[in-house]
Amino acid sequence: MEPIQSASPVISATGLTKRYGALDVLRGVDLDAHEGEVISILGASGSGKSTFLRCLNLLEVPSSGTLNVLEEDVRFRMKGAERQIADARQVNRLRSQVGMVFQNFCLWSHRTVLQNVMEGPVHVQGRNRHEVREEAEKALDRVGLLNRADYYPSQLSGGQQQRAAIARTIVMRPRVLLFDEPTSALDPELVGEVLKVMQGLAAEGRTMLIVTHEMAFARDVSSRVVFLEKGTVRVQGAPQDLFKGGMDERFDRFVSHFSRQG
Amino acid sequence: MDWPFLFATAKTLLMGVPLTLRLAATSLCAGFVLAVGIAALAGSRFAPARWIAALYVMLFQGTPLLVQIFIVYYGFGQIDFLRASFAWPFLQQPYWCAILALSLNTSAYGAEIIRGAIAAVPEREIEAARAIGMSGLRLRRRIIWPQALQYGLANYGNEAILLLKATSLASVITLMDVTGLAYRLVSKTYRSEEIFTVAGLIYLALTFVIATGVHLLERRLTPCRRV
Amino acid sequence: MSTPAFTLIGFGPEGWGKLLLLAAGLTLVAAVCSFALGSLLGAAGAALKLASSRSLRGIGTFYTTVFRGIPEILVVYLFYFGGSLALTRLMHLAGFPGFFSLPSFIIGVVAIGLVSGAYQTEAYRSACLRLERGQIEAGKACGMSTFILLWRVIAPQTLRFALPALGNIWQSVLKETALLSIIGLVELLRQSTIASGATRQPLLFYGVAALLYLVMGQITALGIRTVEKRLARSWGR
Repeated sequence: MEPIQSASPVISATGLTKRYGALDVLRGVDLDAHEGEVISILGASGSGKSTFLRCLNLLEVPSSGTLNVLEEDVRFRMKGAERQIADARQVNRLRSQVGMVFQNFCLWSHRTVLQNVMEGPVHVQGRNRHEVREEAEKALDRVGLLNRADYYPSQLSGGQQQRAAIARTIVMRPRVLLFDEPTSALDPELVGEVLKVMQGLAAEGRTMLIVTHEMAFARDVSSRVVFLEKGTVRVQGAPQDLFKGGMDERFDRFVSHFSRQG
Repeated sequence: MDWPFLFATAKTLLMGVPLTLRLAATSLCAGFVLAVGIAALAGSRFAPARWIAALYVMLFQGTPLLVQIFIVYYGFGQIDFLRASFAWPFLQQPYWCAILALSLNTSAYGAEIIRGAIAAVPEREIEAARAIGMSGLRLRRRIIWPQALQYGLANYGNEAILLLKATSLASVITLMDVTGLAYRLVSKTYRSEEIFTVAGLIYLALTFVIATGVHLLERRLTPCRRV
Repeated sequence: MSTPAFTLIGFGPEGWGKLLLLAAGLTLVAAVCSFALGSLLGAAGAALKLASSRSLRGIGTFYTTVFRGIPEILVVYLFYFGGSLALTRLMHLAGFPGFFSLPSFIIGVVAIGLVSGAYQTEAYRSACLRLERGQIEAGKACGMSTFILLWRVIAPQTLRFALPALGNIWQSVLKETALLSIIGLVELLRQSTIASGATRQPLLFYGVAALLYLVMGQITALGIRTVEKRLARSWGR
C-alpha cells in the first residue's frame, strides 16, 4: 500500500552538512518529505538528528548542501568561510509556514497561553485579530487547554505547556510540522497526553517530521522512519519493515537498547 | 594637544588627591561604625529599634547628598544647642561638615549592605553551629561575621567607590579637593574640556585602584571561593 | 524670628510654597527626561556590549567605565562649560559673533542622562543575559522578523528582568538632578537656596526640600514596586 505522493516534496534536503569548528555534526543528509508523510527521525544522542531538524527551518544554517522548502530553494551566501542566510525575508516567510515544536516548549513567559497562540498569526501573518482569536480558541480546545487560555506558562505543567506550544504552532496553518524531541523534557506521566495530540494531528494527514525517542510512537504512528547515525542516514523505511528487525544491525541494536530502557 | 598645559593641570589637580582621599577614607571609617550600629538596630527584636533604623536609611538614601551637605553646612548654624556645644568649632568648618554629611550618607547604604550580608549567611550553617553548642557572641564572631564579610565585601567595595565619587560634592562648599581645584582652574583659564578631562582621569585612576584593592582583599579573605 | 515657619513655606503672599512645588515639578520633569535619555543610551550601550564585534564591545565598555567611574558633578561641569564653549565656537564659524550658551535644563538632562545611561547599560545587559534562548528561537521559528522579535519578545522580557535595577537607577537620577542647581537651573534645591537666602532660614527650606525629594522618591518607588509585584505574579519569576 504505497502512499499517494504529490510530484514535488514539501521539504527536500540534499547533502546537508553542518560543521561546528572541527566537529562534523551532519555529514551529508538527504531527505525528501512529501505531503501527508509522518516521518520519525531516530538516532542516538549526538547522531545529529536535532541539528538536522533545526536546519530545516534555518535555526541552524547548514554548512553545505541544498535545501528546498515548499518548492523554494533557500538562498545562502558566503561570508568568509561561513555560510549565511542570504534573504532573511524568504526565510521568515518559509518559517511562518513550517511549524516547530521545541523540546523545552519555549512558550513566551510574558504572555498568557492565548496570547502565545495568537502572537504568530496576528504579528507575523498580519491576520485579523478577531478571526485569529476564534481559531486560537478552537486550537486550544483541541489540545484540551481552553480552560487555561488566560494562564501564564509558568502556571502550567510541562505537558500542558507542550500542548499549548502545539496549539501555538498549528494556528499558523503550517504546511509542515517539525517536532524536536517534544516529550523528552516531560515527566513520564505527562508524555501520553502530548503524544495523543500528536497522533491526532498525524491522523488528519498533516506532514510531520518528528525527532523522538518514543519507539512505540515511531512504530505505530509514522509512515516512515529515518535512522541517523554519525550525521548520515544509516537506514530508512516503513516502520513495519524496520521494526520487524533484520534490516539493519545497528538499528536493531538501537531499538533493543531503547526497549530495554523503556 | 597642549601637553605642557595638560601636565601643569595634572600637577595642580593631583594636589587635591590627598584631600579627596582623606574625605573618602574618614567618611568610610566613620560611616562603617555608624552602619554597624544601624544594622544592629535593624536586626533587633525590638520593633521600634527596627523602625528607627528603617527611617534612618530611608531619610539618608531618599534625599540627595547635596541637600544633606547643605543642611549640615548652612542649616546647623540655626540650631542653638549645636552652637553652644563642643561640636560647633568643627561644624563651622566646611571640611568637618563634609565629613559629617558623607559619613551619615554612606552609613545608610553601609547598613543595608551589612544587613544583606548577614541575611545571606546560610541558615543551615548557623544551625550547625548551634548544634555543636555555639551561641551569642561566639556564634557571631566565629561563624556569622566571617561569612557576612565574604558576602558583603564586594558590595562595600562598590560603596567605597561611590563614596569616593561623592566626595567631589564637597567642592560645592568651598573645599579644594580634585573637583574644587579643577573648578577654580577652569574659572581662571576657561579651558574646561582639558581640565575636567584630567580631573576625570584622576578619579578613574583612583576608582581603579580601589576596585583592584577590594578585589585583592576579597581574594585574600575568601580562600574557600577561589577557583 | 519674625515670620513663623508655616507661613514661610505656606501659599500666602509671604510663603514660598507655590514656588517650591513648581521647582519640585521641574525636578521631576528633569529626572524623567534624564531617565528617558538614559534608557535610550542604556539600550544602545547594552547592544554594544552584547555585540559580537570586539571593537563595538570595547566602545560599550569604555562608555560604562568612564561614566560610572567619574563623579557626576564633573560630567555636569564638563557639559556646562564645554557645551557653551562648543556652541559659541560653532556659532562663530557660522558667522554669529558673541557668546552663546545652552539652557541649563538641556545641559543637565544630557549630563545626568549620560551617567544614568551607563548604569542602565549594565541593567539591560544583565537582563538580556537572563533571556531564554529557546523563547527567542520560538519567535524565529514562527517567522518573526528581527524587529518584531525585538519588539514583541526581547524588549518586554528584558524590561521585566531589568525592572528592579531600573527602579534603583530612577531613584539615583531623581536625586542627581539636585546637581543641576549648581549650573543655575531653578529646580527644587536651587529654589530652596534662594528661599533660604531671602529669609535666612536654611534649615527650614533645605528640610522642606529634603522632604519633597523623599516624597517624590517614595511615591515613585511604590508605583514601581506595584508593577513589579503584578508582573511577578503573572510571569512567575
